[in-house]
Amino acid sequence: MSPAIEVVRAGALTTVQDAGRTGWAHLGVPRAGALDEPARRLANRLVGNAPEAAVLETTLTGCAVRVTGTRPVYAVVGGAGCRVTVDGRPAAWGAPVRVPPGAVLEAGPAVHGLRGYLAFAGGLEPEPVLGSRSADLLSGLGPPVLRDGDRLPLGRPGGAPRADTVPWPGAPAELVLPLHRGPRDGWFTEEALRTLTTAGYRVSERSNRIGLRTEGPALRRVRDGELPSEGMVLGAVQVPPDGLPVVFLNDHPTTGGYPVVGVVAEAALAGAAQAAPGTPVRFVEA
Amino acid sequence: MSAGRADADSAARAVTDRVRGIRVLEAGPRALLVELDSGEDAEAFHAELLRRRAAGELPAVREIVPGARTVLLDGVEDRTLAGRMPSWTVPPLSRGAGEAVEIPVVYDGPDLADVAEAWGVAVDEVPRIHARAEFRVAFCGFAPGFAYLTGLPAHLSVERRATPRTRVPAGALALAGPYTGVYPRTSPGGWQIIGRMPGPDALWDPGREPAALLGPGARVRFVPTGVTG
Repeated sequence: MSPAIEVVRAGALTTVQDAGRTGWAHLGVPRAGALDEPARRLANRLVGNAPEAAVLETTLTGCAVRVTGTRPVYAVVGGAGCRVTVDGRPAAWGAPVRVPPGAVLEAGPAVHGLRGYLAFAGGLEPEPVLGSRSADLLSGLGPPVLRDGDRLPLGRPGGAPRADTVPWPGAPAELVLPLHRGPRDGWFTEEALRTLTTAGYRVSERSNRIGLRTEGPALRRVRDGELPSEGMVLGAVQVPPDGLPVVFLNDHPTTGGYPVVGVVAEAALAGAAQAAPGTPVRFVEA
Repeated sequence: MSAGRADADSAARAVTDRVRGIRVLEAGPRALLVELDSGEDAEAFHAELLRRRAAGELPAVREIVPGARTVLLDGVEDRTLAGRMPSWTVPPLSRGAGEAVEIPVVYDGPDLADVAEAWGVAVDEVPRIHARAEFRVAFCGFAPGFAYLTGLPAHLSVERRATPRTRVPAGALALAGPYTGVYPRTSPGGWQIIGRMPGPDALWDPGREPAALLGPGARVRFVPTGVTG
């Protein structure tokens, strides 16, 4: 029997993610991919996978999967901090864990952070779409959101798992987002631009893989109406008519008509992926 | 005519017959948003970018995403590109070049009467006027394979519906602003529906190369068919 995982407890929102689907934005295809990309890469490295291998991304409540096949599979649970068990027995978080065939690997609810990453030696290998195995929740491309009973094939393990202990960044107590102004900062009042980089915001519960929504003071515009649709980048801070900034994450639409006041550098977005609702957010001049 | 005179003429033409007003805005540390004066100029600039990329004259760029009046270059490693683009000589868009994709269409949409009223014509004139136009994909967005087509004269722009529909069927042929679009799949939408394309699955197939039937720059014609039902 070829190696695979079977979903025992899918959790609140668990998807397959790799580095994403780049090169298709001109056809309206979002990039998708792991929101906490450094965590995905580190988890892959620790199980001996190539950096592009696909992993599971969990949201808040973790998930549980059974390993099928005839051989043990090495796995790493990283990203959001959580309790890890194999068949109910405590196992290491953030380090390779040996999961015998038939055993259940469980990533418990996040105790800090929001999104967990489960990498398996060999990588998850659902059918790629446009060169990527990532689930894209805006347009529905790629493998669907996991449900109990789903089965996902694993590839052939590459290198050996690594025993070294590595530091994993903790979830931010306060999310600091360095902001490059523009391209549409001219649509906002000077006061709004000052507010954006001095006021306190919080992560809204309405955040998802498309965008990190914020709660805080609304930003006033000097111009009404919508822009003619224009291309949007990852990290764009778009301001819809309610005036509350939305930071575009990996499943963001490729074009949009609300003005982008600034862009958060990609390196800061891993923190955004781990910031739970209610986390304080501060935009600072990059 | 002397050779010198001919050169002067062509130089004069080069000055007048080219896209002007190329403004480059930064969209974060790795992207440039190039803004043009009109949709037509944006399409011309996009065509020039693709020409330069095909000729190996463009530094590495991960994505080239046309918009209504802009072209976004994402994943730009060479930042000097920002300073160079405004002085590029960009020829105007040559409509009528290349093979047109033909889309079969039945003009029986629920908003035909509203569109006819907005255009000030009889209902049965709408299909004739629409099918006569030659379209071009200005840009894609909203959903994979959804193309924003230009080609209708400016005075035929229509408003979006005041209340968007929660369900627009796949294949719906619809108008909004200056654009025509065909919904690749069932989705909510506020465009005015004037017809439908039989077999809309052809619009988007990620297993096919190219995945989108209508990619940016493609020429498009709508061909009325007698298919009913």
